Amino acid sequence: MESFAYQAPDSLDAAVALLAEQREASVRTQILAGGTDMIVQLRSVDRAPRMIVDIKRIPETRSIKLGADGLILGAAVTGAELSARDDVTAIYPGLVEAADLIGSTQIQGRASVGGNLCNASPAGDTIPALIANGAICQIAGPGGWRELPVEDFVVGVGRNALEPGEFLVALRLPAAQPRSADAYLRFTPRSEMDIAVASAGVRLAVDEDGVCTEARVAIGAVAVTALLVPEAAEALIGTRLDDAACAAAAAASTAAARPISDKRGTEAYRRTVVGVLTRRAAVIARDRALGGQA
Amino acid sequence: MSEAIKAEDFKQIGSRPIRPDGLDKVTGRANFGADFSLPGMLHGRFLRSPHGHARIRSIDVKAALAVPGVKAIVTGKDFPDVEPGDIQGGEGGGDYHDMAVNVMARDKVLYHGHAVAAVAATSVRAAEEAVRAIKVEYEPLPVVLDIDTAMAPDAPLLHEHLYTEGLPEKPARPSNVAQVMESSRGDIEAGFAEADVIIERTYYTPTVHQGYIEPHACLARWGQDEQSTVWCCTQGSFDVRSMTARVLDISVSSLKVIPTEIGGGFGGKTTVYLEPVAIVLSRLSGRPVKLVMTREEVFRASGPASASKIKLKIGARKDGKLTAMSAWMAYEAGAFKGSPMVPGVMCVFAPYDVPAFKAEGYDVLVNKPKVAAYRAPGAPQALFATESAMDELARKLNMDPIELRLKNAVRDGSQAAYGPKFHAIGMEACLQAARAHPNYKRPLGPNQGRGVAVGFWFNVGMQSSAEIHINEDGTATVIEGNPDIGGSRASMALMAAEELGIPYKDVRVLVADTEAAGFTNVTGGSRVTFATGMAVIEAARDIISQLKQRAAALWNVDADMVDWVDGKVVARPGVNVEADPLSLADIAAQSAKTGGPLLGRASLNARGAGPSFSVNLCDVEVDPDTGKVDVLSYTAIQDAGKAIHPSYVEGQMQGGAVQGIGWALNEEYIFDAEGVMENAGFLDYRIPVASDLPMIDTQIIEIANPGHPYGVRGVGETPIVAPLAAVANAVNAATGLQMTELPLSPPRILAALEAAKG
Repeated sequence: MESFAYQAPDSLDAAVALLAEQREASVRTQILAGGTDMIVQLRSVDRAPRMIVDIKRIPETRSIKLGADGLILGAAVTGAELSARDDVTAIYPGLVEAADLIGSTQIQGRASVGGNLCNASPAGDTIPALIANGAICQIAGPGGWRELPVEDFVVGVGRNALEPGEFLVALRLPAAQPRSADAYLRFTPRSEMDIAVASAGVRLAVDEDGVCTEARVAIGAVAVTALLVPEAAEALIGTRLDDAACAAAAAASTAAARPISDKRGTEAYRRTVVGVLTRRAAVIARDRALGGQA
Repeated sequence: MSEAIKAEDFKQIGSRPIRPDGLDKVTGRANFGADFSLPGMLHGRFLRSPHGHARIRSIDVKAALAVPGVKAIVTGKDFPDVEPGDIQGGEGGGDYHDMAVNVMARDKVLYHGHAVAAVAATSVRAAEEAVRAIKVEYEPLPVVLDIDTAMAPDAPLLHEHLYTEGLPEKPARPSNVAQVMESSRGDIEAGFAEADVIIERTYYTPTVHQGYIEPHACLARWGQDEQSTVWCCTQGSFDVRSMTARVLDISVSSLKVIPTEIGGGFGGKTTVYLEPVAIVLSRLSGRPVKLVMTREEVFRASGPASASKIKLKIGARKDGKLTAMSAWMAYEAGAFKGSPMVPGVMCVFAPYDVPAFKAEGYDVLVNKPKVAAYRAPGAPQALFATESAMDELARKLNMDPIELRLKNAVRDGSQAAYGPKFHAIGMEACLQAARAHPNYKRPLGPNQGRGVAVGFWFNVGMQSSAEIHINEDGTATVIEGNPDIGGSRASMALMAAEELGIPYKDVRVLVADTEAAGFTNVTGGSRVTFATGMAVIEAARDIISQLKQRAAALWNVDADMVDWVDGKVVARPGVNVEADPLSLADIAAQSAKTGGPLLGRASLNARGAGPSFSVNLCDVEVDPDTGKVDVLSYTAIQDAGKAIHPSYVEGQMQGGAVQGIGWALNEEYIFDAEGVMENAGFLDYRIPVASDLPMIDTQIIEIANPGHPYGVRGVGETPIVAPLAAVANAVNAATGLQMTELPLSPPRILAALEAAKG
């Protein structure tokens, strides 16, 4: 492991200024939240940063605000902190489940939703759940504040849309509709300590008659980035989310997937399973939406 | 050997005290291989082959030597030529010349990850930088990665001078088949002609790793007096000593090996990779050198278990009685000869009494790391085939799978397929216990299935030594030479305490180094509790005979006028002694008066290791949409002879079951076309995690082994044998499939389900 400098600014302004300074000086800089991906990556000499900027002391990155406008989730909030919030879990159970799937109990105490997103793995568990929920990234940088839909944030394997000097502060999720819910499922050969072979996140809302009025479907680990699948959502909207509709959504996900064959699964296997997961996640979200008032 | 002692006669054997090393291990105080350091110590790193098979044209270390902090670099040229010769000790086949070439490549690299050079430097960072600065010119050669390719007539050869052994005469051409072997009895043609039902299939198992959590590690210090000391995590310090001495062409007396605590071995730590290299680096630099493998190096360059291809044919009459069995068995050895093909051939039919059989085996070289022992080496692959076929036979005959096995089980007096007559074995008892077990009657739901399979291992005895030193307060120290990988200190302490009539807590057990313990073979072959335990018992009996002499001297009577009864020396009936019986503590307190300190010892080459049979039950549920298998219930039933410490016997049964389930379901080396392992880490080499499995239920059967004073038989290896087929049979029962290739990974099962749908 190469040696590096470390700073932990305690305000957004200080962080923006520090990052700008490092950028001016052309210092290879890395943002640290939980560090559960980054510290492993530090061992690879090629990618070793010279400066690490820890954002955990910035209050905006550590807070969870749930209100009438929706949820503002600080980028450094850990999986364990999120799972402990029953009020958030009641509205966004799928997102909480996705965050809860990452790593062991020990990792849960460090790993953050924002870090999982910025790491930009094709198999990142929170990303399809965030896309399904229509999450918006809140980004601070030298040019000020900007917002970007999550589905546009990840641009390639390990690559995100942050410009030099920018960092992710929080994620904003729109307020939940009445009779709406989300669900997230991934497939791994092991029960935990594993990486998704395929995954699916679904958020949907139903009217008083049980007809689906809104839906968003996102799939993971079946392309270079997680994908929003509008065709799957269209297959659900306007239906009573019966078997035929869920099967149609599954077929849409299978068709939208662009997987590769690798050590974790074949292309054909991933296509099949991402459909199965879409169908099962849609059924779970439907039952949640019908069962409880959001 | 005396007859086995009855269970009711034991005072401490069979109890479950906390192991002496337990607290240190759970609190982190125990010192493992990588925990040792010395002043001035250097850190070593390896340069490893980027090719699966290549000729080394040149190695240039000039730039690497110039890296600041670098003190020594070694390549193949720094090691002596080693004459061929079968490896003695350890726990697997192989040759000393090959071992030396495996430790450091000479003219060729034979697998991706093969060591080409090693650097010692003042920091890990400097060593890594120097490794990157070494320039090697390779001439890549075609790689051979599977049995069929390796055995093809025109296959690229790994070793141009290797000729198949075991044929009537030396073949004309070299080959990748190092050895063939055949074992047969009876008229096999007539046997199959007599059969009403014949099952014939080809079974495959992949390359798998033992998955011990602690990577290989050692610290070596060479001295100018040519004496070297090595600290390392190993299953056999005397084996490390003899192997390292052979590889470096030095005397065993110039090398002291100090075994550290060991974080798992399972057979994989019965050979050497690092120790000879560390000593040469230490000699060249004049400084102590530490070498620690990364997890990736453990996967790529230690010794995994053989992949196998087994064509099996079994015939039976309508009543289920077997008439004939035949097997064609090929085991991958990796880059050098010495797969566990021989034990595979010997055990493939061991559980059954069949009038005619024939098994032929092939030891096949491929461009993968040289295999090492892995728990019952060769048996899991062999019995996966046999027990899968038996299951299919039971279904064809519409017969209960346990009933079918009981019909054909070997019992006392049966002639084992591998030679001897069985005596006092537990095969039938395990089958009957399985049939009566509540888990065999649990109702099954949709997509669920139950599998049954039998396990077997020969077990060995071999050489062991033990000393017992009695302290002045009557407590005892046991000194032995087997690194403790499964709770053996606790078992040794229990056996010493039982014999000496003192409490378990008064016995300390020291696993000593090669200069402090008497010669002792490897911790392997399920031999330690049996053979070293026997040495401890004999050493304790040596003490007792001395105690009788001492007491007799104190009482001024002849030694044959006293007895050892209930932990005390007493005068024989009729002998007139006006004194109370004397305990060990009583005599120890006055040892100065009666001839000095009490020291007992024993050394032996143990015979009479009884084989251990097992029966496993497995219930699974298969997700028909994803092919994922969930293990719902798992039951391991095994004959332990006598369980000295039942918790650690159960631990062996549970650990072996978990490893076998992993082998069955998800574990496999995945190679690309060039022979590069693609999943060299625990993320993608999937051993089961705790949440994947239910608690493994255990039932210990105790059929005393007449070859041991307490009836002990080895238990460490049999547990991994049955699970492969138990899981596969359960999956087949749940799905109606007939899976013959492991692992039963979700993509493989889903593809088979879809193919079956048509």
